[in-house]
Amino acid sequence: MFRKRFPPEEERRVRANDREYNEKFQYASNCIMTSKYNVITFLPVNLFEQFQEVANTYFLFLLILQLIPQISSLSWFTTIVPLALVLIITAVKDATDDYFRHKSDNQVNNRQSQVLIRGSLQHEKWMNVRVGDIIKLENNQFVAADLLLLSSTEPHGLCYIETAELDGETNMKVRQSVSVTSELGDPNNLFSFDGEVVCEPPNNKLDRFCGTLYWRDKKYTLTNQNMLLRGCVLRNTEACYGLVIFAGPDTKLMQNSGRTKFKRTSIDRLMNTLVLWIFGFLVCMGVILAVGDAVWEREVGSLFQSYLPWDPPVNNFLFNAFLSFWSYVIILNTVVPISLYVSVEVIRLGHSYFINWDQQMFCSQCNTAAEARTTTLNEELGQVEYIFSDKTGTLTQNIMSFNKCSINGQTYGEVTDPLGPQAKRLDFTPFNPLADLDFCFYDDTLLESVKVGDSHTHKFFRLLSLCHTVMSEEKSEGELVYKAQSPDEGALVTAARNFGFVFRSRTPGTITTTEMGRPVTYTLLAILDFNNIRKRMSVIVRSPEGRIRLYCKGADTVLLERLHPCNQELMNITSDHLNEYAADGLRTLALAYRDLSEDEWEAWSESHRCADKASDCREDRVAAAYEQIEQDMMLLGATAIEDKLQEGVPETIAVLSLANIKIWVLTGDKQETAVNIGYSCKMLTDDMTEVFIINGHTVQSVRQELRRARERMIELSRTRDGGKESGMEGWGEAYFSGNGLRGGQEGDGTESGGGGGGGGKPPQCPPPPPPPPPPPPPPPSPPSNLMDNVSGEFALIVNGHSLAHALEADMETEFVSTACACKAVICCRVTPLQKAQVVELIKTHKKAVTLAIGDGANDVSMIKSAHIGVGISGQEGIQAVLSSDYSFSQFRFLQRLLLVHGRWSYLRMCRFLCYFFYKNFAFTMVHFWFGFFCGFSAQTVYDQYFITLYNIVYTSLPVLAMGIFDQDVPDHRSLEYPKLYEPGQLNLLFNKKEFFICITQGIYTSVVLFFVPYAVLSDATQSNGVPLADYQTFAVTTATALVIVVSVQIALDTGFWTVINHVFVWGSVGCYFSIMLALHSQSLFRIFPNQFHFVGSAQSTLLQPVVWLTIALATAICIVPVLAFRFLKLDLKPQLSDTVRYTQLVRQKKRKPAGRSVGSAWRGVGMVAEGRLGARGGSRRSGYAFAHQEGFGELITSGKNMRLSSQALANFASRHSSSWIDTLRRKKHNHTHTPPSASGECSPAPSCVSGSLPPLSNSSSVLGGSQETPIEEETVPACDVQPVPAVSTKTHPAAAAGPESAAPPGPAQASSSSVLGSSAVRCHGGDSPGGWTLSLGSVQEALFGWKGFAGRSGASNSQGLPPVAKETSHIE
Amino acid sequence: MMASSYSAKDEDGHITVTGPGGAALRSKKPENTAFKQQRLPAWQPILTAGTVLPAFFIIGLIFIPIGIGLFVTSNNIREFEIDYTGVDESSPCFNCSQNFSWNSTQPCTCSIPFSLEQSYENNVFMYYGLSNFYQNHRRYVKSRDDSQLNGHLGSLKPSKECEPYAKHENKPIAPCGAIANSMFNDTLELFYNDPNGTKILIPLRATGIAWWTDKHVKFGNPGDGLNLTAEFQGTTKPVNWRKPVYELDSDPLNNGFINEDFIVWMRTAALPTFRKLYRIISRKDNMVPTLLRGNYTLEVVYNYPVRSFEGRKRMILSTISWMGGKNPFLGIAYITVGSVCFFLGVVLLLIHHKYGNRNNSADISN
Repeated sequence: MFRKRFPPEEERRVRANDREYNEKFQYASNCIMTSKYNVITFLPVNLFEQFQEVANTYFLFLLILQLIPQISSLSWFTTIVPLALVLIITAVKDATDDYFRHKSDNQVNNRQSQVLIRGSLQHEKWMNVRVGDIIKLENNQFVAADLLLLSSTEPHGLCYIETAELDGETNMKVRQSVSVTSELGDPNNLFSFDGEVVCEPPNNKLDRFCGTLYWRDKKYTLTNQNMLLRGCVLRNTEACYGLVIFAGPDTKLMQNSGRTKFKRTSIDRLMNTLVLWIFGFLVCMGVILAVGDAVWEREVGSLFQSYLPWDPPVNNFLFNAFLSFWSYVIILNTVVPISLYVSVEVIRLGHSYFINWDQQMFCSQCNTAAEARTTTLNEELGQVEYIFSDKTGTLTQNIMSFNKCSINGQTYGEVTDPLGPQAKRLDFTPFNPLADLDFCFYDDTLLESVKVGDSHTHKFFRLLSLCHTVMSEEKSEGELVYKAQSPDEGALVTAARNFGFVFRSRTPGTITTTEMGRPVTYTLLAILDFNNIRKRMSVIVRSPEGRIRLYCKGADTVLLERLHPCNQELMNITSDHLNEYAADGLRTLALAYRDLSEDEWEAWSESHRCADKASDCREDRVAAAYEQIEQDMMLLGATAIEDKLQEGVPETIAVLSLANIKIWVLTGDKQETAVNIGYSCKMLTDDMTEVFIINGHTVQSVRQELRRARERMIELSRTRDGGKESGMEGWGEAYFSGNGLRGGQEGDGTESGGGGGGGGKPPQCPPPPPPPPPPPPPPPSPPSNLMDNVSGEFALIVNGHSLAHALEADMETEFVSTACACKAVICCRVTPLQKAQVVELIKTHKKAVTLAIGDGANDVSMIKSAHIGVGISGQEGIQAVLSSDYSFSQFRFLQRLLLVHGRWSYLRMCRFLCYFFYKNFAFTMVHFWFGFFCGFSAQTVYDQYFITLYNIVYTSLPVLAMGIFDQDVPDHRSLEYPKLYEPGQLNLLFNKKEFFICITQGIYTSVVLFFVPYAVLSDATQSNGVPLADYQTFAVTTATALVIVVSVQIALDTGFWTVINHVFVWGSVGCYFSIMLALHSQSLFRIFPNQFHFVGSAQSTLLQPVVWLTIALATAICIVPVLAFRFLKLDLKPQLSDTVRYTQLVRQKKRKPAGRSVGSAWRGVGMVAEGRLGARGGSRRSGYAFAHQEGFGELITSGKNMRLSSQALANFASRHSSSWIDTLRRKKHNHTHTPPSASGECSPAPSCVSGSLPPLSNSSSVLGGSQETPIEEETVPACDVQPVPAVSTKTHPAAAAGPESAAPPGPAQASSSSVLGSSAVRCHGGDSPGGWTLSLGSVQEALFGWKGFAGRSGASNSQGLPPVAKETSHIE
Repeated sequence: MMASSYSAKDEDGHITVTGPGGAALRSKKPENTAFKQQRLPAWQPILTAGTVLPAFFIIGLIFIPIGIGLFVTSNNIREFEIDYTGVDESSPCFNCSQNFSWNSTQPCTCSIPFSLEQSYENNVFMYYGLSNFYQNHRRYVKSRDDSQLNGHLGSLKPSKECEPYAKHENKPIAPCGAIANSMFNDTLELFYNDPNGTKILIPLRATGIAWWTDKHVKFGNPGDGLNLTAEFQGTTKPVNWRKPVYELDSDPLNNGFINEDFIVWMRTAALPTFRKLYRIISRKDNMVPTLLRGNYTLEVVYNYPVRSFEGRKRMILSTISWMGGKNPFLGIAYITVGSVCFFLGVVLLLIHHKYGNRNNSADISN
């Protein structure tokens, strides 16, 4: 790793088979070293690294100070024991880590590869492969280095690679050698190959390679198309030869893998800052005391010398003061004890284990439990603000399934009753022996239709079986394997196969199928290949009967334009179906055909040939030719393919956005695919105000697009704000500022059709009690400020090439401000490095905690650069997992990781730190006060053993137990109330202010702990007349009081008393007394009389009633103010967690089973009522073969890739039961929420504009409201307030003044959802617990199933409340 | 330094991942224990009005009576204090305090008259008090050798903590250290001035003034303690002492290191103003007060110089109750804290009643 540095390469010259020549350049060898130490360097290097930690050096420094007798105010062992412990533990950990790195390095470096040396193939270890070597790769082998493909066993020098490890794309890619080298088939020829490659220096661009091959006086241009990169796997190719261009650390894989950064949490950084502050504080204390010492020594000490002379080297008071400063630094150092770091690590370790042990993050299908691979980041999980997600394999399963289709105006695949009996999966085998067993379909009418021979259905499937570029392989009869270039196509062809139109094989000129058991061979006349502009593909085939037919499938937008006019009616129906499918988040394709006469074909064929041969503008002319024939087509129908989401993705995204977490999708996929997934996982909705697409190719255009987007956002939000939105904003504010429960109670004087019974009450809008403030004039602030206040739901879609520009230094801020104003951001065609750059961008500009989640090797860089990296242990290898901090197998576990574990960890860590600083200040500052009474001599108040043990033994376990086990609210509550997550993001629980409160409390305690014993004991005597004011008694009294006070304090802080907490708290106090009695015992003194000066002190002190009275007094004085303060805070300004906790308590007290059943019944109603909302004018998302690439048609017709190996990779038939699809479907359209911001002013209820789904969009307030809502009032008789009208945030000020003025004015802060919840409470929960459950239920409902209720209240809006309805439509 | 975290295992991903058909297919499902799932049964206390307010009242109700009790007890204790430093010229000890030298062989005595307004019942404890004397100074506190004091003269090498009072004239000092060196060596005697003019010496008990553990465990004479002169052979007396340690008392059980005056001195005070028990005036019988009301004379053999560092010397006479000597602070503090708690309780109750959330109060009412 300490490679010598050479001047950076400007270009790389590699000559094949010429090691000597290549060695001149000293290119890196293929040996990879990721380990840090070896046996000899370990100790020094590791120690060096460890002492780079400021804390460790600091303690080492203290240790040295303590060895100086004039300074030493404490025995050396008080520091060295913990320090040694910490160093040893860290060293052991580092050693183990490095050992495994060594192991894996060795494993890779010792892999065998076949190198061509002196004309023969020899086995060499990977690490011995040199640049310029020619190596042979065999099928399914990893590529050892970045190679230039020279030749392969396939025709035309083609070979196939899988790049999943590199960029995460699972589809195979074709690489082709330069034609001249592809003929160098065997080793002998290759050995004589002496071409020289001149190319760019090593870089990390995966998709670019630029070089030239000089061979036999000719130049050949080399592109990425000729390269095989390390990390790829050779597939479907028997063998190939390649020339090593980049090796080892120079390979693109390694260049892309980035540096491992040691991740620190923000708490860590804060802690370090605070430690520095404390250090400064300590120096101040030291200076104060040293000045005191100087004064004292001059005024008193010098006179006192007859009794107490200065230590020999000291000859004046200033020197004495100087020494005293250091002495005080030593004894005051316990404000930052070394045990802080150890304890923090222990707590984090505990939290990590809890994550590992969590059953609810265990995926039984893949038999993987969640794993916290890093143990140092847990509390940061509670502070995440941005999530960057990969798409494929993370949000989606990368499984396409043929889900629905529309044939001749008839839609199939709809599962009729979502609540009905589980639809049966169709069994195709009796009907079709060639069927793919993994294929799932539930609608048997389609199968019937095929069986009865409906001609449209037959045409439909025939098209699917013919119009594609899939390769098939049939190992044995009937055992068909399709190799599709895009999984979409695979799904379609598989669907056709199962419905009796089996694609069997193809040659460049024919396609052989089995149609309903009858083998048919079509002559393939032409493939009109797909491209991005055409968005369709067609084939022209001649059937055995001689009919020529063009089959076309493509994006509906393009296809429907090219239909024959007679299709109008069918087109309308199909169009409706397409809308429906699109609204369900499915990828749609329209299918059409056209019969061609022989003449037409001939004519077109001629013109096509012409176009093809044209030298100039060939592309355009071919496109025109295609255009010409793809006209007047007959519509067959449409297909809908589901890109299967991972389980629970939309719900998770919904919950996370409610927790105010912004989710960005960064994917290498195409824009269409990404957008589509955005829709299907409800990141994008049709209700969004606007979706901006940044697609520019130049800096200017990108800048312009960004600017336009921003202007548009400001404009839109201004119009809204200018209108009724301003009122809304006022509402939002009033609503959010309403503290705690009372807001909710005010809000619940309303009623809408909640509960099992109440459907009929039309929600009405009473005039808002505080008149909405007039629209504030838009402040003339710079755009960036404006951008922070943009209201409305915007989405931004950025393309890879635009992103490259957007990430340039001068456009960064523009991009960030634009993107962060959007609710959803999707970046497509993003390279791994760009992913990391985007993450870095947000990290630097937003100072927010970021989390990156992904599953593929292409996500590694992003995972590494984000504050927290999460790897999905899925199908795509484990590279992402290996570089991640946390891993699990399902995206949906993310919500538990963040909202439960992260929140808890954050809470615990914060509580721990608060208490820890408190207890140490309370402990240490006593010395400071004592300094004023002991001549500033750095005399400690306590016994040195007490000082040693205080942090390690007497007070460590209770606070550790709190730090590990504490819970404020149970896990399911934090999932129910994602709002609970917010304190973490806002960093409320431990920040500088909290820290100051803690240390102030600590200092207060220390004052009490010193001056109360001082006042009491100074004149007190024992009951036998012996004065109590001797030093040892004083020490014991203060120490005991301290232990008791901090124990009472931890008891107050602990919110969750498990057995362990009890044992630790009581145990620590008990431990203190027993250890103290032991240390003060006679037997120890007899052995070491010089070490145990305190003999007998404990016994004699603790027998004195005055001592106990002193301790009790000190404890009371310390604790009572804290108690009063906390009580007031809880009583007057409860946090959401307090409220939830409180309701929990109430519920436990009076549990009645009735409530629950009502709640669930109501929920049931909600589900049933939830209709199909999909028919809204959805933006149709055409889904033509999204992962498709251009050029496969050409390959097919040229016959180049007709050989396919036995590798069965692409199996795109759906494998999973679709039951969860139903669930998914049921829950669709629910997630139009806004992440409510903390203050409420930042999110001025954007729902108003997105208005087509009013109650849904209020979901933000639902949760906001839940803060206030959930406490039912037991004292209020049930159902007495029903007539109070519902309050809708949608109330237009003007409208509100209308008919509802008759209605009793009700506080209007609550959103309709919370209204619902609370009204339900009133109705059913006359006895509180039921009500409580119900209200919780309603919140839950609001989260997941509010559609039904949405529909209902939407309806009632229109009936009972014309103004509102009108307004809704107006907004739309 | 190339710190790439690229790991070779990464590349093996596809190969090493064991499929569901792997031989060792063992469910990795975490155990469903309450501990691991963080579902341990727990008590979750909340600071509700129902718990906090009563707590305040209870604290108040407990503290106030205790405080009153303490206050009354403390007030019943008799205490008399007299400063005999001799700072003023009028003071009887002024002369002694002026001409002081550690090595003067001529003891200076002075007598201070005083009168007690009340008679002292039961045992009366006589203290000497020093002010501005930093017995708690770090260098002072550590300047002792507990091993030596325990009787381990051993190698005759005192601990280096005793420096610069470890050796004198090349002989180890016994007892060594600054504490021992500065031992208080005034002699106080108390005379009752009978109204009829006679001065009656009040008997003072010099034993029983040290901690039991100090006397019997911590301090011990070298050897068997019978022939102290021989045992301390080879050591020298502390610089400031007038006589060696084995001549502190005639009683062999109160001589040498186990001399109680010495032990009392060696138990360093926590604060620069302190008192130490000097003598006990035992009650003779139940009928007569130990110290009658009347005039007394304190005879001081003035050996101990304090004026150099502006120290003060006092003599204190005090009676004792169950809770020790006079200590008004404790009682007052208890009464104050109790009242504050009670008051806080009332205030919080009002605040809660007026502003607090109703649900909590609803809870209280249940």
